[in-house]
Amino acid sequence: MGKGIIRIFQTIGAAFKEGDFRCRISFLLMGFGQLLRGQFVKGAAFMLLEGAFIKYMVSFGARYFSKLSTLGTVATQKVRRKTIYGDNSFLILLFGILTVFVILAFAVLWYLNVKDNYEILKLVREGKKIPTNKENLASLFDKNFDKTLLALPVTGIFVFTVLPIVFMICVAFTNYDKNHQAPTNLFTWVGLENFEHLLSFGSSGMGRTFAQVLIWTLVWAFFATFLDYFLGLAVAILINKKGIRFKKLWRTLLVVTIAVPQFVSLLYVMKMFANDGLINGYLMKWGWISSPIQFWVDPMLARITIIVVNIWIGIPYMMLIATGLLMNIPEDLYESARIDGASGWQMFRKITLPYMLFVTGPFLLTQFTNNLNNFNVIYLLTQGKPLSMKLAENAGNTDLLVTWLYKMTVLDTNYRMAAVIGIMVFIVTAVVSLVVYNMLPSVRDEEGFQ
Amino acid sequence: MKKKKIAGNIVSYIVLILISIVWLFPFFGLFLQSFRSYDPKVEYGGMVDYLVPKTFSLDNYRFLFSGQTNFLKWYANTLIIAICVAVIQTVIVLCVSYALSRMRFSGRTFLMRFWLILGMFPGFLTMICLYFLLKQFGLTQAGAVPGLILVGTASSGMGYYVCKGYFDTIPKALDDAARIDGATRARVFFTMTIPMSKPIIIYTALVAFMAPWCDYVFASYVAFGHDESFNVAVAMTRWVWTNDYQGYFTRFCAGGILIAIPVTILFMCLQKYYVEGVTGGAVKG
Repeated sequence: MGKGIIRIFQTIGAAFKEGDFRCRISFLLMGFGQLLRGQFVKGAAFMLLEGAFIKYMVSFGARYFSKLSTLGTVATQKVRRKTIYGDNSFLILLFGILTVFVILAFAVLWYLNVKDNYEILKLVREGKKIPTNKENLASLFDKNFDKTLLALPVTGIFVFTVLPIVFMICVAFTNYDKNHQAPTNLFTWVGLENFEHLLSFGSSGMGRTFAQVLIWTLVWAFFATFLDYFLGLAVAILINKKGIRFKKLWRTLLVVTIAVPQFVSLLYVMKMFANDGLINGYLMKWGWISSPIQFWVDPMLARITIIVVNIWIGIPYMMLIATGLLMNIPEDLYESARIDGASGWQMFRKITLPYMLFVTGPFLLTQFTNNLNNFNVIYLLTQGKPLSMKLAENAGNTDLLVTWLYKMTVLDTNYRMAAVIGIMVFIVTAVVSLVVYNMLPSVRDEEGFQ
Repeated sequence: MKKKKIAGNIVSYIVLILISIVWLFPFFGLFLQSFRSYDPKVEYGGMVDYLVPKTFSLDNYRFLFSGQTNFLKWYANTLIIAICVAVIQTVIVLCVSYALSRMRFSGRTFLMRFWLILGMFPGFLTMICLYFLLKQFGLTQAGAVPGLILVGTASSGMGYYVCKGYFDTIPKALDDAARIDGATRARVFFTMTIPMSKPIIIYTALVAFMAPWCDYVFASYVAFGHDESFNVAVAMTRWVWTNDYQGYFTRFCAGGILIAIPVTILFMCLQKYYVEGVTGGAVKG
């Protein structure tokens, strides 16, 4: 990293010192050198981009960028019947961040321009031929095909993921909530206040709620991952067993839960477990219970029910994966174990399980992080309910961090705290991933596959 | 010994049959209840505590097709979104995977690591910002369908893992041989890699096609309050969450069946590719 930066400055310095007038003018007027050397397409592209950058900054970017430190000072007001428009913190923050990225992108472009000029110069001095316009364009489908392929996806990810995430990270340090909705009420930077609020265990702080939701999120992810994993493995072994017929049929029957859209199946299952639902209805009719089991009302029972329903969702998925992998275990391993008099359980523990854990280590990790953010199962089943008076900000007893975040955004427009929670989710995911990833035995060199 | 084996097999069959019943029961229930009328004169349309309807009727299906609600419109919306997302996402994923698997350019590992970290942020974090961006282009409420297509595909480049893993297993020597013969990278990609990647293309498209059917979060936020641009998940979730006395539950069941059957059949036909994809993805992580 450090070396790379040094090399960048070396190139710029060398280009200036050794460069001719074409090269040096290109420092200010991008694409000048290329144009004079006959590379019209590239030169014109650089020049147009520089023009666009200047136009953007003058007519748009600078205005927002300059207010980024305060997020606006003049609120929009109504004086008698006239509306006097002021600043809009939301726009200032969003376009301010955009401008920062545009400036960075321009810096990179400027460097590419200088480097390109310098390289052309070197070619000329060595007496080699400069690539023609046609060759330049053709290289986009050959040597530089990666740029063609990645241009659109990277732009999409930038606009629809990077920009919004940076925006929300910034919101975590402002007081943007329902009392500060621009443009009538501006919001501004408040430093670490929101984080302090989240982690304070006083009567007004959210510390206790956060701790409870966080613990439940981790407990849920643990059970949802490992119960599904082992039960799915068990089902796969059962179906794979010698002497069991219609293997394909059994698998297909289970796979239906993957195929049917979750909102249909989960909403139906949610109703099945309701107080007036099928399960309670039949249990009462058969006289096994006298009053309905409060599946979704009792906090502890609700949590257990969610985990059980999730097994229903998760087993088929794991079963599919395990089926393929189980067949990869060499049969003679089992054969020799059998000769040594090993029981089925011993073989499972000494052969099957270690192999599976080794091969599916990374998969388990992704499953775990996915479950930390498993919005659909929780939201469709309980929406985080049962609610509790003890919890702050509408949090319920089965809320995960993400469903809580969602509720804060949609119900309460408490964006400042939602942003903080989002950052917390990121931290939890990142920490879990890093710690587990380094423990995995199967982390191998990526190039090793090729 | 043999007796023990047979006994073991019988136990296994019993367990398998029990599992199958548990797994299929909700769908069976959904199917039966979709035939219970919601007309109060015939039967109650809310949640009841019995499985088999007392009188079978097609009222729910009639209601859905009668134009009293926008059901057909919702269905069409979802179908359009799903098809567009499947096509565009597959193209993007193929491009990104090929570039990352075959080309070595500066910033490649940085890009992969950066996307990995980016993926650790919860998706809903971006919701209000995305809403604002879409609104600028008029892609919310009435324009929610193209808006949702845009949101669904814009960041799909980050989901390259499985596909790249597949490309990595295609020997590089093939590429090199073609390139020595004078083929450009683009030609190798279009005429060699893509035809060889049928399973992974089908897998990617299938997964992308399935996702919009369950998209509740973004769809409800982007289409907020505009009935005509709801997708099925948003519109019908509303039916379940309204109070039971309105009796919309059986109509939800009927709609659920109409959605589940085509999607399930499609999935079952392409199941082979799906299994290949998830197994490959699981091993390579």
